[in-house]
Amino acid sequence: MNTAFYLSWQCLVAGLLAIASLFFLPIAAVEPAYSAPATSMLVTALIVGLILIGCVVDAKFSSAAVKATALFLGAHIAVFLLFAEIASANGIARTPFYLLLAACWLLAWRCVTVLSSMHPANRTANALLRLLIPAIFGAWILIIWEAVTRGAGIPFILLPPPSAIGARIANSLPVLAADVNQTIFKAVIAGYVIGCGAGFVTAILADRVSFLRKGLLPIGNMVSALPIIGVAPIMVMWFGFDWQSKAAVVVIMTFFPMLVNTVAGLAASGHMERDLMRTYASNYWQTLVKLRLPAAAPFIFNALKINSTLALIGAIVAEFFGTPVVGMGFRISTEVGRMNIDMVWAEIAVAALAGSVFYGVIALVERAATFWHPSVRGGRA
Amino acid sequence: MTDPLRAKFLPVTTILLGIVVGWYVLAVFMNAPFQRDLDRRAGEPPRIVVDFVEKTLSQPKPIVPAPHQVAQNFFENTFLRKITSNRSLVYHAGVTLASTMLGFAFGTALGILIAVGIVHVLALDRSLMPWIIASQTIPILAIAPMIIVVLAAIGITGLLPKALISTYLSFFPVAVGMVKGLRSPEIMHLDLMHTYNASPSQTFWKLRVPASVPFLFASMKVAVAASLVGAIVGELPTGAVAGIGAKLLNASYFSNTIDMWAALVAGSVVALLLVGLVGFAGRIVDRAMGARPA
Repeated sequence: MNTAFYLSWQCLVAGLLAIASLFFLPIAAVEPAYSAPATSMLVTALIVGLILIGCVVDAKFSSAAVKATALFLGAHIAVFLLFAEIASANGIARTPFYLLLAACWLLAWRCVTVLSSMHPANRTANALLRLLIPAIFGAWILIIWEAVTRGAGIPFILLPPPSAIGARIANSLPVLAADVNQTIFKAVIAGYVIGCGAGFVTAILADRVSFLRKGLLPIGNMVSALPIIGVAPIMVMWFGFDWQSKAAVVVIMTFFPMLVNTVAGLAASGHMERDLMRTYASNYWQTLVKLRLPAAAPFIFNALKINSTLALIGAIVAEFFGTPVVGMGFRISTEVGRMNIDMVWAEIAVAALAGSVFYGVIALVERAATFWHPSVRGGRA
Repeated sequence: MTDPLRAKFLPVTTILLGIVVGWYVLAVFMNAPFQRDLDRRAGEPPRIVVDFVEKTLSQPKPIVPAPHQVAQNFFENTFLRKITSNRSLVYHAGVTLASTMLGFAFGTALGILIAVGIVHVLALDRSLMPWIIASQTIPILAIAPMIIVVLAAIGITGLLPKALISTYLSFFPVAVGMVKGLRSPEIMHLDLMHTYNASPSQTFWKLRVPASVPFLFASMKVAVAASLVGAIVGELPTGAVAGIGAKLLNASYFSNTIDMWAALVAGSVVALLLVGLVGFAGRIVDRAMGARPA
């Protein structure tokens, strides 16, 4: 392999696209009186230059860190300049805009490829890398979304650009906070705790009484396939419009995953360990607390993770069937009706963030609680 | 063979029986206040308890319908009506089933595609996997109504929007399961392929794909159930006139509790059929590929 000058295919295509875009200038269709063509040409030259420099550095240098830095800076500064070009109005992007965007994206891809092949010995650097790679990917989803909605001038009602959604989030924090308080801190948390707790207690009970286990387990497995979310209107009818009915839906949705997983987990400890406990003359509860519950912890945390998503969905969907005038589900359904799509997306972003934080917290607790498990101790999970 | 059947059958029936009895008790308990109210207004206090209980179990719009009311409604709307009738549950289930299957097909294809990409491209593995997991923390069901409305605004209506929601829900289990499945061959087997001088595509088709089939069917079972949920919720919002979700919403508007429960039962039956079907297909494929019955 020729290591002196190795051009990856991403860089090759990116370079070709950048050069090709020069034949279709200008980037944006602006009225002549409105723009200063000289600076525009300069910026265009800068963008193309950045892309080409990125390609050349990638091909010429052998150090992965240098390559990644050059590619990262080249791709993202170029994109930033590209956005500045179309900032004056919506829907003015022309062919070279998309060609250059594609070129930047290919550079970013190459950057991620280079980053993924790096294996730094340093642990913090490794952890940073693990965060950086998905972060670049996520950023590019937003960049392409923004570029397409703004560049092609997609109507605001169909799909607002991320920047508008961000602005909306910043402007309506009190409303969003009230909704989160109603839906998550009242309905989801209460329902989640009760549902998981009940599932756990029932699982212990089923473990103690084998007749119950034999009867409940097939039913639990069957119920997990059912569209339980459909009980939402019934719960609203029973428990009224406020958060109690949403919590009830969450309880029902989280109960069975917890039950099934905990029962499976309680069977996870090996015969040898159980025999050992017997030789220690430990009774049922001692064996349960000291051996079988720790062994079941990965299963229980699995259920807690599954339930974190289910709980959020259950509470929001239940709000479609009737709610006081606050709450995430309520806001989504009314703002869709008023065609305030950016508010809906703001609510979705908040819900996604809340869901990720919820999941992340449980994952962190799991790492702390099941530190002994092979998947935590350093195997690839 | 019969012994495990009996060992399972007795506890399950007992518990199911317990649920039904509990349901009746709940129905009487929850419907009693309203019935007492009715009786007082009619000026005829209940003479005996049995009479009163019977009345609570036969209200036209009870808070908790009794099992036999639901069963009767379900039976009438399933077997006694013409399939084309608007009130037939078979008709509604058919509409839901169509978008479920379409979404399930898309989702499975997408999931397999993503899994193949993740297994073969390192950059995708590192960058895409966290986002796939994060994608499921977005309560997509909650925004299903908006997706339907937005897609309707650009002229996409009917089956496809609902199917897209099903796709979003069903690709995840398939992708995760298939990544696990495609990576399930042991190093020993991979080394063996290596000694045969197998090309990457040969290793893929002759070793990785067969090894991943059990994983595929296991995750497809989860995916088909998720896909049905997606289709039902996709029918909840504006505009949907047919389907189990629309039936549910309609019944909820008019407080037709019995209809509501019957629609739920119909959805559950469809779910069980679908999961059973996928499991059955899995067993056949397993058998055809030479798996020994466990």
